[in-house]
Parts: sequence; C-alpha cells; structure tokens
Amino acid sequence: MNQDNKDKFEKVDRLLKTSIFFLAIATLLLVFLIFDPTFSVFERQGENSFAEIDENKIENGIHVKTGLKDAPGLQVVINNCTNCHSAKLVIQNRMNEERWNATIRWMQKTQNLWELGENQKIIVDYLTVNYPVEEKGRRAPLSEVEWYELEQ
Amino acid sequence: MKRRKFIQKASLSALAIAIGSEAVYAIPKGYTPLALQDPDPFKMFGLNEQMVVLNNKPWNIEAQAHLLNDAVTPNDKMFIRNNGIIPLNIDPKTWTLEIDGESVVTKKKYTLQDLKTKFKQHTYQLTLECGGNGRSEFDPPAKGNQWTVGAVHCANWTGVRLKDILEDVGHKKDAVYIGYHSADVHLSGDLNKEPISRGVPMSKALQDETLIAFQMNGKDIPIAHGYPLRLIAGGWPASASGKWLQRISIRNKVHDGTKMTGKAYRVPCEPVAPGEKVKDEDMCIIESMPVKSLITYPKTGAVLKEGRSLKINGHAWAGELEVKAMEFSIDFGATWKKCKLQKPVNRLAWQHFSAEVQLPQKGYYEVWARATDSQGKSQPMLLPGWNPKGYLNNACHRIAIKVK
Repeated sequence: MNQDNKDKFEKVDRLLKTSIFFLAIATLLLVFLIFDPTFSVFERQGENSFAEIDENKIENGIHVKTGLKDAPGLQVVINNCTNCHSAKLVIQNRMNEERWNATIRWMQKTQNLWELGENQKIIVDYLTVNYPVEEKGRRAPLSEVEWYELEQ
Repeated sequence: MKRRKFIQKASLSALAIAIGSEAVYAIPKGYTPLALQDPDPFKMFGLNEQMVVLNNKPWNIEAQAHLLNDAVTPNDKMFIRNNGIIPLNIDPKTWTLEIDGESVVTKKKYTLQDLKTKFKQHTYQLTLECGGNGRSEFDPPAKGNQWTVGAVHCANWTGVRLKDILEDVGHKKDAVYIGYHSADVHLSGDLNKEPISRGVPMSKALQDETLIAFQMNGKDIPIAHGYPLRLIAGGWPASASGKWLQRISIRNKVHDGTKMTGKAYRVPCEPVAPGEKVKDEDMCIIESMPVKSLITYPKTGAVLKEGRSLKINGHAWAGELEVKAMEFSIDFGATWKKCKLQKPVNRLAWQHFSAEVQLPQKGYYEVWARATDSQGKSQPMLLPGWNPKGYLNNACHRIAIKVK
C-alpha cells in the first residue's frame, strides 16, 4: 500500500468512525424519544414538581397543566370547562356535536354553567375534532395486555 | 393513569381542592401533606400505587381486577367515587345525624356518641359497586367517568341498623322512601346545591344489613369514604350509600334529591336500541345491582409453561341475591366448567370462587368467568342492554393467558 492509498484509507476510516459515533448518538436519542418522549428521566423529581407547572406549557402537543390537546379552541375550553370539574372528565368522554351541545345545556340548567355564546361552537368543534367518537362494537377484544411470566 | 404520569399532568385545580379540603384530613398516620406541594391522591388517601385516577375534581379513582384479590377489600384498594368536594372541618364531637321528613313521627338529632351508645352495633361485609362500573365498554359511549372493572369493593362495615333508628323516631304509615343529605360541597361551590342526595325505598331501609356506619375495616371510616358517618346499602348502586351523612329524611314519596331524578342512576324502563333517545319519564331507578364476577388472580397477561395447570380465583356477587353457580370457559364460551364457590359470609357480601384450569396446548387463551344468581340469571358474554348513562355492565370478566 503506497502513502497515497494509506492516507485515503485513514480518511475513510476516520469518516466511518465518525459516522458510527453520530449514528450511535442518533440511535440513543431515538430510543429515548420512543420510550420517554418527554425526557422525563432527566426531570427533577421532588416536592416542588407541582408548583413548577407552567400555566401555558405545551409538551408533545399536550397542554401540561390540563392534559388537553393543543389545538384551536384549547384556551376557550380551559377557560370554560375546567373551573368546576377536571379536564380529565372532558378527556374521558367521547360524544358527537349533538350530545356535547345537550351536555352543555344540561350543565347550564343544573350545574351553574354560564351562557357560552359564540364560544359554544368553538368548544364543541374542539371536542369533536380532538376527541372523536370511536366505535367499540358489542365487545372489544382484550387489548394492551402486559405479558409476564407466571410461576405457579 | 400511572402515578408519575398523574403527578405530571394533574392540574392546579387539584391543588385548590387539596389545599381547601382533603389535605386537612389526610388519613395515613405520620404523613403531613404540605399544601402546594402534595395534592398527590395516592399519599393523601393512602392508595395502592396501581390504582387508576379517572378524575381529580371530583375524585374518581378505581382499582384494577388483580388488586381486588383480598377476601375483604382493604382501604388502599377501594375505588373512590365522589360527586362533590370533600367537606371541610369535620368535628366528630359536634357531628350530628338528624332524622326528619314528611313521614317522621318525632324529629330527632343524634350525636356520634348517641349512635354508638344507644343502639346495638353490627358488622357486615357489604358489596358496594358503582352503578357505572364497566361504563367504558358501552357503544355508543355513555357520558360520565369511564370506569372499567374496578369500581367495586367489599369491606367490613360497622355501625347501627338504620331500622333501629327509624324505629326510635317512628315512621308514619305513608312512608315510602328515605333520602340522605350529606356535608359535601357542590363542584360549582354553590352552597344551595347538593352534589348528591339519593336514597332507598323503606323496604331496603328496614333490612338488617342497611347500616349507619362509623367504622370501615375496624377503623374510623377514611375521609374519602365518608368520615365520620356513612349510610351503607349493600348490593345497590354505591351511590345509595351516602357519605359524610348528616340527615336522613323519611319521605312520603320517592325521594327527589339530586341524582334521584332525570336520567341519573336510572335505566330505560323498556329495553332500547343502542343510541336511542329516551325521555326522562321513561327511565326507571336502579335498585339491586345485577349478578357479576371478577377474576382477581392471576393478573391478565400471564405466560405459563406448557403442561402446567393454572389456578384462578376471584369474587362473585349478585346485588340483593346470592350467587348460586360460578363457571369459567377457555374457549370463548363454547364450553363451561364449574368453579368452587363459597357461601357469602353474610347476606350481600361477595362470594369467593376458585378453579384449576387445564390449558390443553400451546397458544393464546382467554379465561372468561360467569356467575349465575339464585334466580337463574347469568352474566352475558357481550354487553348487556345499552342505556343512555352506561349503567349495569355485567358482561363476563376476561383475562388473557399464553402457554409456551
């Protein structure tokens, strides 16, 4: 092998090593993104974790404080729908436009909800777009089973 | 939602509640919650870390099937279903229970001490299941907290019989119902509104097992379950068992308190097609809960070695009735085999079952469990009749098993 070829070889070798190095880092990042997309492993755990939640913080398309999806209408939903009950009650439910409107009327009639005016359409649109009704049939298959070895 | 995830996502409204009320009564001894730092329901209510928080305002928390394996459910694995905000400043020394209503002969007030000393005390294991347990499976979906299978428990309740108190005050011939009134606060903060005020017909009120309880599992009732006093009507939707009990009205008509009327805790009087609209006047009050069972061991997802048999166990209950037979199937209901079934410790207590399951070859199985009540009614394998509010889902419980 002459000097020229040797130089070339070393160059390629260096390039290859650098590529592998960056590829390894990228893979590590990717693995993290899959298993821990919020990098929560690095977050400080402790007594102050609650007080530190920022009112407007959005992470991975989710409004951290309420757990609601970040989409048009979010602020109107937060302002009108999380005063009396938790956003968790909203997120759990799946209704079409007609049933959300009926639910709002019921809350106005019995639960002291105020008139929503133009905001009603914004709220119902937000809910039906971001939390659509899913058909489950008469009985859904068992899903999300976490398998484990059982010794008896 | 898992605990850590919950902590990350819990809203500041949860904080407000914690500061305002629950934190004051955190039950686990030696644990002092710090406002603004710890609205963690797991610490506040002393819950098992695998409990699932459905809602934090008001608190709605359920167990998972495998958590309910104890014969008598301990506090840390009992579902919590609150309708309003847990009351503030409970002082057991000044707490009273008042009996009034159109059909009372003599209105009376009892202190906790009166109740404990004037009447004979009784202890029963009583099954309480949320009327909406299993709601998450209904299609089209029903409004409300999306309970899966864990809104049921069977704890030991100690107290005095409601019928002894009703006898002490006297009730007129026209009495048809009792209604409870409690100290919890409406979510809107409106003090003129009751979050919930339900009740039972006189026939249920006068049963031996219907208690005014002051102890659960041998200790003061935990705050989330109604400290210091709770009406317990086993076998009926748990909402009939009013927490933080302050007053009972003997009514000359069906009690018309909050969540007795409209569609709350009612199902269509006549069966309807899924999604059908039902008028309020065509909805009937739920009384006894239907026959149901849970496989509490093993947890779903068990992988076994080939050739090993699988021991299963769980509980079965049937509202006002007794469970007379318990079966399991490993072939999606094609064949059924009997389980061993114990008698209830007392009326309205859940019954324990067990079986040894042979899995003939490698592969995927589901173990399905089916209870039959003393009137011959069994659990359906598909969802029972659809109803607008998603109550009474007693479809058979299923766990997934693999043999390799």
